Amino acid sequence: MVDITHMTHMTSTTPAAPSANVASASIPVPESWIKVLPQGLYVEPGDFFVDPVRPAARAVITHGHADHARPNNERVLATPDTLAIMRARYGDAAGASLQALPYGERLRIGEVNVTFVPAGHVLGSAQAVMEYRGCRIVASGDYKRRADATCAPFEPVPCDVFITEATFGLPVFRHPPDEGEIARLLHSVELFPERSHVVGAYALGKCQRVIALLRKAGYDKPIFLHGALIPLSNLYQELGVDLGDLRPATGLKKDAFVGQIVMAPPSAVADRWARRLPDPVVCMASGWMTVRQRAKQRGVELPLVISDHADWDELCQTIDDVGAPEIWVTHGREEALVHHATSRGIRARALAMVGFDEEGQGEMPEPPEVPVRGGSPTQGELL
Amino acid sequence: MKRFAELIDGLIFTPSRNGKIRLMGDYFSHTPDPERGFALAALTGGLSFTDAKPAALRNLVMTRVDPVLYGWSYDFVGDTAETISLIWPPRPGANREPDLSEVVETLAETRRVDVPKVVERWLDALDAQGRYALIKLITGSLRIGVSARLAKTALAEWGKCPVDEIEEVWHGLTPPYRPLFDWLEGKAERPAVGEGAGFRPLMLASPLEDDDIAALDASIYRAEWKWDGIRVQLVAKGGECRIYSRTGDDIGPAFPDILETMDFDAVLDGELLVTRDGVVAPFNDLQQRLNRKAVTAKMLLDYPAYVRLYDILFEGPEDLRQLGFEIRRKRLEDWYGRAKPQRMDLSPMLPFTTWGELAELRNGARENSIEGLMLKRFDSAYVAGRPKGPWFKWKRGPLTMDTVMMYAQRGHGKRSSFYSDYTFGAWKGDELVPVGKAYSGFTDEELVRLDKWVRNHTTKRYGPVREVEQGLVLEVAFDSVHRSTRHKSGVAMRFPRVARIRWDKPPHEADRLETLEKLIVE
Repeated sequence: MVDITHMTHMTSTTPAAPSANVASASIPVPESWIKVLPQGLYVEPGDFFVDPVRPAARAVITHGHADHARPNNERVLATPDTLAIMRARYGDAAGASLQALPYGERLRIGEVNVTFVPAGHVLGSAQAVMEYRGCRIVASGDYKRRADATCAPFEPVPCDVFITEATFGLPVFRHPPDEGEIARLLHSVELFPERSHVVGAYALGKCQRVIALLRKAGYDKPIFLHGALIPLSNLYQELGVDLGDLRPATGLKKDAFVGQIVMAPPSAVADRWARRLPDPVVCMASGWMTVRQRAKQRGVELPLVISDHADWDELCQTIDDVGAPEIWVTHGREEALVHHATSRGIRARALAMVGFDEEGQGEMPEPPEVPVRGGSPTQGELL
Repeated sequence: MKRFAELIDGLIFTPSRNGKIRLMGDYFSHTPDPERGFALAALTGGLSFTDAKPAALRNLVMTRVDPVLYGWSYDFVGDTAETISLIWPPRPGANREPDLSEVVETLAETRRVDVPKVVERWLDALDAQGRYALIKLITGSLRIGVSARLAKTALAEWGKCPVDEIEEVWHGLTPPYRPLFDWLEGKAERPAVGEGAGFRPLMLASPLEDDDIAALDASIYRAEWKWDGIRVQLVAKGGECRIYSRTGDDIGPAFPDILETMDFDAVLDGELLVTRDGVVAPFNDLQQRLNRKAVTAKMLLDYPAYVRLYDILFEGPEDLRQLGFEIRRKRLEDWYGRAKPQRMDLSPMLPFTTWGELAELRNGARENSIEGLMLKRFDSAYVAGRPKGPWFKWKRGPLTMDTVMMYAQRGHGKRSSFYSDYTFGAWKGDELVPVGKAYSGFTDEELVRLDKWVRNHTTKRYGPVREVEQGLVLEVAFDSVHRSTRHKSGVAMRFPRVARIRWDKPPHEADRLETLEKLIVE
C-alpha cells in the first residue's frame, strides 16, 4: 500500500512509445490490473480509483464535472486547475488531502506510473495515462478534439488500451464549426434587437467557452450571468482565461437586458428565472441541439450545437490516432462505437460503468416521453 | 440554399407567429430573385416533385453508410429526413452547393431514373442543415408550422400591403413570382387579378356577447344557423375547381366527392360537413376527412362530405361582393335553383322580429351540428377580414362541468416558463380518468396563480409534464362531447376551455364521467 501523500514527484517526460510494439512475455493483460468495481474504475497495483462514483480512499480525478469529480474522497490527485475547480465547488468536501500533478509530470502510485495529458474538455481536464509493467492504459475521461481557447488541447497518447467516452457515439453527431454557431447567435441578436437572448450553458466549461467564442467573434459588450455561473467564471478569469466584461444578471430592471446576451444554466432558461428578461430568445449551447425534436421539446428557439464532447468523427479519429489495439467504451452510446472499432479490426468492448451522467456532464438530459393527450403517463418518475 | 435552409430551421424553432413573420420578411429582404420566389412557393405549397421519394433517399444513404449504424441512428433521431441529413458522410472536394432555383429547375427537367444521382451530388455539396432543407423540399413535406396564409401574411407585412390584396392577385401568378416581388418593391404595377380559381379572402364575423345584443337594431339583421363544420370557399372557374379552407389552404384533394360535383362557374361560401341521410354528423366524423392528402374509397363511403351554402361571391365572371347581403342571398337562391349542385344545399334563413324570439330559437337548438347563430346586416357587402359590425356570431351557451386537474404541461413561446396546459379528469368510481385538456379561458393573473399552484402541488414529473395532487377543481366549458376511441375515458370534448377556477370547491364534489357520457349525442 502506498500513501498518495508520500509519493514522490518525478520529472516531466513525454510518454514513450506504446508497449504493444515491444514484444515481451511479461506484459500483463489489461483486465488483470484495471477493473470495473461498483465504486468505479479500480487500478489494483496502485490501489486507487479513477473518477470514483462513491467516496474512495484514493481518487485520481480527470476533470471537475460533478459526475467525475465527486466530493468526500480522502486523497485526491488531479491537475492544479481541476483541484481549484473542486475547491470552488465543494470547499472542504473536495477531499481530505489534495495533490496537484501538472500535465506531463509522472508520479508513481504503488506500482503504477500516472501522467496527466490534456483532454481538451474543460479547464484542467486530463487523460490519466497509467503504466504498469510495460502496459499502458489511457483513461481519457471526457474529451474533444477541436480548438477551445479556455483549455489546453487534447494530445493523443499511443497506448495498449484506450478508454473512451461515447456521449455522442452515433454518426449523426457531427458538431459544426463553433464560429458558425456563434455567428447565428449574433445574427439573431441583430434580428431581434428589442428582445434579450438567454443562452443555456452548463456552469463549468460550456459557459466560459461560449463567452470566449463570443469575444473571439468581436462581441465586446457586457455579458450577463445567472448567479450559478458566476463563481466558476470568476475562477476561470483568475486562472488566466480572459472572458471580458461579465456582470451579474440580478438587480437590474427588465429594460437593461434589451438587446443583451444573458448566460444561464440550462434548467433556468425556460423557467421562472427567465421571466426577468424581456421576451427572451431561448438559446441552448449543447451537442444535443443537433437533433431538432430534442431542441423543440425543450422550448429552445435558437439551438447552438456547441459541445465539450468529441463528436462521432472525433471519436473515430481519436481511436485511429492513439493506435490502440483495444478500446474500452464507457458512458454514452457504446454499441455504435464498439461496432465501428470492431469493423476496423480493433478489439472493443463496452465497460459497464454506473453512476456516470449518460448524457454527458454539461449537456442536457433528454426529456422523457410526454403523456399522450388526456391519457396516462407511461414513463416513470424522473425528478 | 443556405439561406433557405436557415429560414426553414428558424421557422421550425420560432414558436411565435410574429417571430416567424419577421424571419420570412428578413429572408425576402436579403434574398435575390428568383431564389426568394421559389422559397415562397415552397412555403405556400406551390412546388411539387413527384420523383423523389423517401424510400429512394433511404436506399441512397445505405450505399454510403453502414446500415447498422444508420439503424441505430434512426432509432435515436426518429425522423428519416433528419437522420439522412445528419449521417450523410462528407465527400471532400464535392461540388459547389446548389441554390434553391437550381434545385427546382433541375428537378423539373431530370428524368426519374436520374434523380437519385442528381440528389446525391447535392447532398455531397450541402451541409447538414442544407441537406435537411433539400430533403424536406423535394419529398414535399416541409411541415414547419407555416401555413400558406402565414407566408403570404409575412410577404404582405414585408411589402407593406394588405394580405388580402396579395390573395387577390395570387392566382394569376406562378413561381418564382417575379411580378409580385417587383410590385411589392415598387418597381412595377400591381399584377393583374387572376382570372383563375384563386382564393378570395373570407369575410369573418365578430363574436357577440349576450349583453351586447340589446344595442343592435333587430330589423336590419338577418339570421341563420352557424353550422359546426369547417368554413370553406368553393371556387369553380374556367374548368378549374378548388376547395379552400378559411385560411386559403387548398384542401380539395381530400374532398374529391365535392370537387366532382362542381361543374359550374361560381365562387361560393359555405360550411363543409359530413352528413348521412340529410342529417349532419358530429364534427368528429368530419375530422376523419381533414388533413389528408388522399382519401380512400371506404372513407368516402363512411364519411360522405356535404356543403351547406351561405353566400355567393362570383357568378360566372360577375363579382357580387359589393352587393348587399340580401341581394347576394337572392342571387344565391336563384343560382342554386338553376345549377342544382349535388351534395350541397342552402343554409336556411331564420325569420324573426325580436331578439327575444331569436334567443328562444337559439336556446331550443340542441343538435350538435349547430354552434349558434350568425347575424348579418341585410346590406353588408362581402369584405375580406373581420370588420366590426356587419356580421356577428352568436354562439349558444356552452356546456360546463366541474373537473379535477390531473397534469400540467409547460406552454410554448411566451408561456414556456408557465405550466399553462392542463389535463383534467372526471370521477369514475373513486378514480379520476382524464377527459380533456385545456389551455385557455383564464387571465394572465390567474395563470400566475395556477402556475404557482402546480409547482407547489407536484407529485411527479415527466419531462415537461407534472402530475399534480388531486386538489384543484376546474370548471370546464365545452361545445359538445362525443365518443372517442383515442382517449382512455372514451369521450372527447370539443373546444374545452377553463370557465372558472374553483379554488373553493372540494375535488370529491367534481362531476362524474357518467354525467359527461349523458351529454354525448350519437
